[in-house]
Amino acid sequence: MVGLEHYLGVAAALFVIGIFGLFLNRKNIIVLLMSIELMLLAVNINLVAFSAWLGDLTGQVFTMFVLTVAAAEAAIGLAIVVSFYRRRGSIAVEDVNVLKG
Amino acid sequence: MTVAGFAFYVFAATVLVGGFFTVLSKNPVHSVLWLITAFIGATGLFVLAGAEFIAMLLMIVYVGAVMVLFLFVVMMLDVDFAELKAGMAKYVPIALLIAAILTVEFAMIFGVWVTADGVTMLPAPALGEVGNTNALGTLIYDDYLLLFQLAGLILLVAMIGAIVLTLRHRKDIKRQDVVRQMMRDPKDSIRMVDVKPGQGLG
Repeated sequence: MVGLEHYLGVAAALFVIGIFGLFLNRKNIIVLLMSIELMLLAVNINLVAFSAWLGDLTGQVFTMFVLTVAAAEAAIGLAIVVSFYRRRGSIAVEDVNVLKG
Repeated sequence: MTVAGFAFYVFAATVLVGGFFTVLSKNPVHSVLWLITAFIGATGLFVLAGAEFIAMLLMIVYVGAVMVLFLFVVMMLDVDFAELKAGMAKYVPIALLIAAILTVEFAMIFGVWVTADGVTMLPAPALGEVGNTNALGTLIYDDYLLLFQLAGLILLVAMIGAIVLTLRHRKDIKRQDVVRQMMRDPKDSIRMVDVKPGQGLG
């Protein structure tokens, strides 16, 4: 059987990849959102691994809540991207500082 | 190596390769597809860990709905992504530096992580008696009912917010105005003409 440490290792590596993508794609807000999704997936893998190895289902319940919040965040973020694109004709992150009020 | 161990390494490799190419792809459509690959790998990991319900949730809700939403938005926006990628090489050193620092931190945590003496793992529930989905449903509707309903409320707020943010009234298209249609008067819109035979309206 695969150990708990293997799952935690995969989750840690995925989290590092997400952070790496966050700093690499600083101009492209869609890839930024996808990097955040990767980091949330890493957290979910952690929660599920601990839940499975400690025999406590609470971790899986919290995974569901994390998934809910991540879905809401993706929907709102993409809606903001779409309305920003209609306004400015671009999705470059450095233009976003004109959003005030 | 057991079958489960082999499957674990296959799925773990899928997750990591998918995540890696998500952040490196030039084309955002490819990024979304790689992200879907990563999620499918994570689904396999969850099934191996015995969390079937979460795995299916990830597959159906996440890959089926959220990732397709990403794909829609990426394909809908007519953005020159090559220009957005142009400055990427400039950010590679700082990104690598931060990734290296984070990796070292995680390695330090793994290095000093010990389980305290006398700690016993909770007994795992016997899967023969009650399945994962059944146990999870019992837990949600007994202990976490309020949190579960609040999660639904968050989704409702997100849905309304997304609709409000993207709704727009365009002036240059014809649309039905029911009140104007009902208030229309026959006297203003119909003209009776006495047409002579063989002459037409002229």
